[in-house]
Amino acid sequence: MKKLSKFVGLTLAMSLAAAPLAACADDNVFLIGGCGPLTGANASYGNSVMNGAQIAIDEINAAGGVQVGDTTYTLDLAFEDDEATEDKAVQAYNTLMDQGIDGFLGAVTSGACIAVVSISQQDGILQITPSGSAEACINGDNAFRICFSDPEQGTAMADYAIDTLGLKKIAVLYNAADEYSTGIQTAFEAEVAAKGGEIVASEAFQTGDVDFSTQLTTIKGTDAEAIYVPAYYQDVTYITKQASEQGIDVQFLGSDGWDGVLKTVTDPATVEGCIFTSPFCAAVDDENVVAFVEAYEAAYGETPDQFAADAYDGVYTFKAAMEQAGSIESADMIAAMTEISVSGLTGDPMTFEESGAAVKDVKFVTVKDGAYAYVE
Amino acid sequence: MDLINAILEQILNGLRTGSIYALIALGYTMVYGIAKMINFAHGDIIMVGAYALYVFVGVLKINPVLAAILTIAVCALLGITIEKVAYKPLRNAQPLAVLITAIGMSYLLQNVALLIFKATPIPFGSIIKVPSVKIGALNISGLTIVTLVVTTISMILLTLFINKTKMGRAMRAVSEDKGAAELMGINVNQTISMTFAIGSALAAVAGILYISQYESLLPTLGALPGIKAFVAAVLGGIGSIPGAMLGGIILGIIESMSKAYISTQLADAIVFGVLVIVLLVRPSGLLGKMKIEKV
Amino acid sequence: MKINKKLIINGVIAIAVYAAVMGLVGAGALSRQMMSLITPICVYVMLAVSLSLVVGFLGELSLGHAAFMSIGAYAGGLFLIGTEEVLPTVVSIPLAVILGGACAAVLGVIIGIPVLRLKGDYLAIVTLGFGEIVKSVFNAMTGITGGAKGLSGIPLVTTYRNFTFVFILMLLVIIVVAHMVNSRHGRAVCAVRDNYIAAEAVGIPVSKYKILAFVVAAFLAGMAGVVYAGNLGILKPVNFDYNTSIEILVMVVLGGMGSIRGSIIAAVILTALPEVLRGAADYRMFIYALALIIMMLFNNSAFKKNLIDKKNLRHAEKLQKEA
Repeated sequence: MKKLSKFVGLTLAMSLAAAPLAACADDNVFLIGGCGPLTGANASYGNSVMNGAQIAIDEINAAGGVQVGDTTYTLDLAFEDDEATEDKAVQAYNTLMDQGIDGFLGAVTSGACIAVVSISQQDGILQITPSGSAEACINGDNAFRICFSDPEQGTAMADYAIDTLGLKKIAVLYNAADEYSTGIQTAFEAEVAAKGGEIVASEAFQTGDVDFSTQLTTIKGTDAEAIYVPAYYQDVTYITKQASEQGIDVQFLGSDGWDGVLKTVTDPATVEGCIFTSPFCAAVDDENVVAFVEAYEAAYGETPDQFAADAYDGVYTFKAAMEQAGSIESADMIAAMTEISVSGLTGDPMTFEESGAAVKDVKFVTVKDGAYAYVE
Repeated sequence: MDLINAILEQILNGLRTGSIYALIALGYTMVYGIAKMINFAHGDIIMVGAYALYVFVGVLKINPVLAAILTIAVCALLGITIEKVAYKPLRNAQPLAVLITAIGMSYLLQNVALLIFKATPIPFGSIIKVPSVKIGALNISGLTIVTLVVTTISMILLTLFINKTKMGRAMRAVSEDKGAAELMGINVNQTISMTFAIGSALAAVAGILYISQYESLLPTLGALPGIKAFVAAVLGGIGSIPGAMLGGIILGIIESMSKAYISTQLADAIVFGVLVIVLLVRPSGLLGKMKIEKV
Repeated sequence: MKINKKLIINGVIAIAVYAAVMGLVGAGALSRQMMSLITPICVYVMLAVSLSLVVGFLGELSLGHAAFMSIGAYAGGLFLIGTEEVLPTVVSIPLAVILGGACAAVLGVIIGIPVLRLKGDYLAIVTLGFGEIVKSVFNAMTGITGGAKGLSGIPLVTTYRNFTFVFILMLLVIIVVAHMVNSRHGRAVCAVRDNYIAAEAVGIPVSKYKILAFVVAAFLAGMAGVVYAGNLGILKPVNFDYNTSIEILVMVVLGGMGSIRGSIIAAVILTALPEVLRGAADYRMFIYALALIIMMLFNNSAFKKNLIDKKNLRHAEKLQKEA
């Protein structure tokens, strides 16, 4: 008991002491703060972002840091857990501000990001979210994002399905309790309708559902040529398996949440031939990607996902903004954001609009012979 | 014709989930009927069963049949332990204390699983391979049939056990009046332990069938089926074994029908709505006996 | 109201806490992390105290407290968004709080109807079910609540900058609950808890008091929800799930069921501690679960009985000596 109270006391003392210490740290360090879920059900997203950012920071520092005017800055990362909830994210952001961060890379999940933006805007700090895809995530002059927004992704897939694949009748199966899924679904359905296609079924499910047979039976009863599932890979695992059990054999289309589906399916044949939008694919034969994947695997023992790649690009975006602005003041960097072009893993080139959105090409990934590959 | 076919298919989908609810509800209703407490952790024992099977088959590479038996044993032991450690000291406490402890136990199991196996789902292929059956245009999954058969056999065995054996009689006596049962020379502790062992063994069977059906392990996989199975048990009449089976299947079909023809988003709300209505209109459920509260 | 020593002590504590927080914020002595904790702590104190009215005093388990909170949060949040341009915050905040509380109270009445017929296990399960229903409905009402995307853009009017208001509200909640418990109503509620049938036999309108306790708890939780909304700016149905209800329950249980002061202390500690011990979140729910079980076992253990017996014995001896 005594030990425990000592430990608690020590932690308290340390956390109190840490704030002023960090604030007066070395002047030539540019401290990037980040927050995302490191624990709980969404822990893998936050950890990927933290690790991806760290890879970029190590790379930049090893190459001599960032030259801004006459000073050379080294980068450093402070990352806090937000459990993917809004209130924890606000507290994480404030904790990081106490540490004197110079830029904010986050938040990882949409809701948390929206909550933080409303405060960071008042602070005027440059905020770059690697993966906050809801539209409201970049409400604020100070906020930019690396990933596509949900509507952009839905629209892109609708265009691809109708223009390139020549599909006319599409069924949608989406998670009605999830902002990401509903955001994509709404835009997808609108675009399909605008392009003269037809949504033959729009079926919903809830977070935590494991049985999709009812919805799939309904979809089976239509003449759908393809099923679009804007959802995360856990749901996709159940959906594709149950679809194959019901003998549904139509084209599956998906969103970037599908990335990772191959590690959760028991039979890769159930997702063979599916096509989904994804900004990043670790399997692709590209010089930069290969180098990143190797560094990541060496450091963390696993293959990086798109969250890691988004974060990696986010750090390089900070670097570009610092160099372009010739300053590490947030106001200058924010002004420089629309002038920079980043050659990133998720987009090359990647530029930014004043709204905060990234402009880059959409990529489509498929599963071929049980492995990811870019669609030719 | 198409519509009839579609409705039939949705009923089959309902059977698929309903048969699992029924199996879980059997354990629930038995524990509730005899120990007079909602064992909130019942659903999480299903989860433990699923993970145990995964460890035996997927990690230790034990023969599936042996692994299934081991899984059942592990869960039965776990059930007895939980009862001894957490519930027995509270047997004479307020119902509120027991309920809170049971919720705590449910959370404890989930979080231990979370700490050991992490939140990322683990894929685990089915150990039961049964071809599906085709009747006309209808396609019935082999696993649904297996689950229904297992549930029916469990129900019959359980009914026989409770009505025909000495231990079963002891259970009914304990259920009626613990004090009087004790005076008649029944070992109440042993009887309740046995109840938990059987209930948890049934949960293990449910866990095995569940994981064969859905092939993905999550620390929270037992929570929602557990609660729905409780609703099923209430619907069928808590304490009634055939009622639990009936309730489970009806609930599965209600859920499937509401998803298909009303709203997927409100399906859970409808399921809980059924619970509220049953409790208000006929608290004893479909097959339960009305009881008058005694002082 | 009779003025007694206890009341004065409590008043002094309240004023001291208020002065300390205002002083620290004014002097800039608090880190931003600490300041961002002020409102959440007040919110959870309000929630814990209101739930303790149901769990601690009425002796019924409610597993849907987060649902009441969410109704208040959405109603208040929508009101704040709608009146942002029209009303000054001095007017709009109290109105939002009252509206949020009232909406939650209406749901309290709806839930209160089954409460009349149910108790114990069934009631707990029904409240759990209601919580899930409310969540589904908020998810489905995309037009009004934004559905899964959440309701964002709520003006931030109850952050630490408005501490005075939040603090007064919190005191109000505590006073209402304390008054209810110590009043005639409160004694009736306790009688219902301790012996339902006897209470009914001596003519206590059991149903009325049960409903009353439920509705008041709902109202107060709804008020807390409004403060929550005004502090965060965004509401999502998933944040008001079963887990949130359990977290509030843990506070009440750890505080010692039936003790308002205990609930307050537990709420403060359980809200602040995870912030201080950041990164240990995976262990938090694990520890909560253990704490629930251990508290219940301890409360009903022979060990505790012995302690109480000894205390009573000492007390009796003291009285004897004095005599």
